[in-house]
Amino acid sequence: MPVEPVFETRIDRVSILDEHGRFDEELGAGLIPDEDVIAMYRHMVTCRHLDEIAFKLQRSGRMGTYPENRGQEATSLGAAYALRKEDWLVTCYRENAGLFWRGLPMEYVLLHWMGDERGNEIPQGLNVTPLAIPIGTQMLHATGLGWASKYRGEDGLACTFFGDGATSEGDFHEAMNFAANLDLPVIFFCQNNSWAISVPTRIQCSAPTIAQRGLAYGMDCIQVDGNDLFAVVKVVRDAAERARTNQRPTFIEAVTYRLGDHTTADDARRYRDEEELEMWKLRDPLIRLRGWLDARGLWDDSKQAALQEDAEAQIAAAVERANEVEDLPPTEFFANMYKTMPPNLQQQMRTMRTSSLGRFPETADQSATT
Amino acid sequence: MANLTLVQAINLALIQEMERDDRVMIMGEDVGINGGVFRVTEGLHKRFGADRVVDTPLAESGIIGTAIGLAMAGLRPIAEIQFEGFLGPAYDQICTHAARMRTRTRGALTVPLVIRVPVGGGIHAPELHSDSPEAIYTHNPGLKVVMPSSPRDAKGLLLSAIRDPDPVIFFEPKRIYRAFREEVPEDEYTVPIGKARMVREGSELTMVSWGASVIQCMNAIEQSGRDIELIDLRTISPFDMETVSESVRRTGRAIVVHEAPLSCGLGSEIASRIMEECFLHLEAPVQRVTGFDTIMPYYKLELEYLPDAARIGQAIDEVVAY
Ligand SMILES: Cc1ncc(C[n+]2csc(CCOP(=O)(O)OP(=O)(O)O)c2C)c(N)n1
Ligand SMILES: [Mg+2]
Repeated sequence: MPVEPVFETRIDRVSILDEHGRFDEELGAGLIPDEDVIAMYRHMVTCRHLDEIAFKLQRSGRMGTYPENRGQEATSLGAAYALRKEDWLVTCYRENAGLFWRGLPMEYVLLHWMGDERGNEIPQGLNVTPLAIPIGTQMLHATGLGWASKYRGEDGLACTFFGDGATSEGDFHEAMNFAANLDLPVIFFCQNNSWAISVPTRIQCSAPTIAQRGLAYGMDCIQVDGNDLFAVVKVVRDAAERARTNQRPTFIEAVTYRLGDHTTADDARRYRDEEELEMWKLRDPLIRLRGWLDARGLWDDSKQAALQEDAEAQIAAAVERANEVEDLPPTEFFANMYKTMPPNLQQQMRTMRTSSLGRFPETADQSATT
Repeated sequence: MANLTLVQAINLALIQEMERDDRVMIMGEDVGINGGVFRVTEGLHKRFGADRVVDTPLAESGIIGTAIGLAMAGLRPIAEIQFEGFLGPAYDQICTHAARMRTRTRGALTVPLVIRVPVGGGIHAPELHSDSPEAIYTHNPGLKVVMPSSPRDAKGLLLSAIRDPDPVIFFEPKRIYRAFREEVPEDEYTVPIGKARMVREGSELTMVSWGASVIQCMNAIEQSGRDIELIDLRTISPFDMETVSESVRRTGRAIVVHEAPLSCGLGSEIASRIMEECFLHLEAPVQRVTGFDTIMPYYKLELEYLPDAARIGQAIDEVVAY
């Protein structure tokens, strides 16, 4: 035969708890203990409330631009739950739920968006990287972090999160190529939420799935219902197994949806159909999980009311901690430039309120302390 | 004449040039239906259609690299990079290709490309949304770099940039996108690239600035009550040394103000040129009031970083007293 297929494949989609409440017992039974499902539901509700409060803080001028995570809580949470504490989480900015689950204090994320670098001062031993503002750049770091684990002969891995838009950046493709060809323990977790600000996914990827991008690099790839916590946990566990035992990367496309605007600086009504949004509201991961708990008699309205109260108290406390940080000294941004501050920076810091002539160091020094 | 903000003036220039020349097209992230995140391209997608106002994939290198191809083919692409902090991925295409194509091909292939980029701090934006990288692109030969400080100049400079036969980076200071309005002629006019604007005349010292810092300089000059000459470079590369030099020879004193870091900022180059051309006229060393050699801080401290009237005022006192 002069023409014959040399490669054939398909992309699978994993769904365990669907939007109609149907639960696949075969895949789902025993996947997550009930008490963990309850804990994760509580966590998602609390994260949702944080979004609400952050939005209000921004609108009242007490916070800068903030990107709501609303609707995407199940993705990073499912991944963080499925991974070990030593595995790296290399995130973008819609992974609050996973980061908090891992142990990042909530006020850190608040501080970041309040324009305060101390929000990036990751507590020792927490293997997470700071929120990535430059889109599509952090995946390479994950590849390097996974590489380091392999180099040391450990069985840790790095899981990196990014949006559908980010898969258009060159760095993304380089990260995939390195991870696949050097056999590195990395999980590429794409949160396909249909939009990159105002640009629909079709402009980033004209193939039927984003998942199949992984095929081109020779790595395992899978699509998952990103609003289904169970399915996310399953595919990340499988990917982690592959990474730990075979040092192979996996590409996961989680299909989810951004229920809010891109950020508080955006107005999605300018470009997005109200109908599309309404349809996705029905697939809200919180509603779905609540339904699952209800059906098993694990939850009720009084528990929900108590949870709501608890979430409000937790978030209020986090906001208070963020608001109560000491004022930054005006020269703080000199402090962490290098391990040791070089003389030119010391001089600039001393005279920062005046100009570079340094003719009146006395006045300069005085005003620098005001 | 219409009373317009900087954003509206740029929008008007884009519309008029697209009406005039069907080779002109706009490309970038969110520039289409959304009208750009700052609404600079508002209404253009509707008016000129999706073939001329193109929402691209999210890839800065891709945007500039393909724009180079479009430009080499004779079109007049205007590429938007959403914030100056995201020029990074496009750096290679800008400096390795756009800037060099004419030289490499001895003029056989050229890149008449405009790269529009919101620039600078002062708007409470997140990380990497407040930098001032103009000197980096000035240091790269083969590019022209422009930064207007007023709506009127913005319109005229943008028309010049679009009609320019070489790549032009058109930096738009976001701090003054909507800070004030100005009478902007409806009619077509251009502001030449490479020509500074005398903002106000004075005899005691010469102040040189560009972009949003021009406003800070005006404030400082007013507060000082002194007779200070203020020059807005408008074009950073190639900059108008003739105007600067003529002024400094008269006043004998000079201060350069910019948001970008001190070391190897444009102030360094301007100070050297002043020393070369005005040495015997100088009454004081040239002074620079700039950002610091640090990463631009997040917004809680951005006003500590950016030159303001108080810091410029100190420099005025020092230079005059020298
Ligand atoms: C390199 C870079 N280019 C542009 C931007 C501006 N920007 C911020 S978010 C965004 C869209 C991101 O879309 P996606 O990757 O799908 O993530 P999502 O916001 O949908 O979670 C853009 C263009 C940026 N932050 N970094
Ligand atoms: Mg997206």
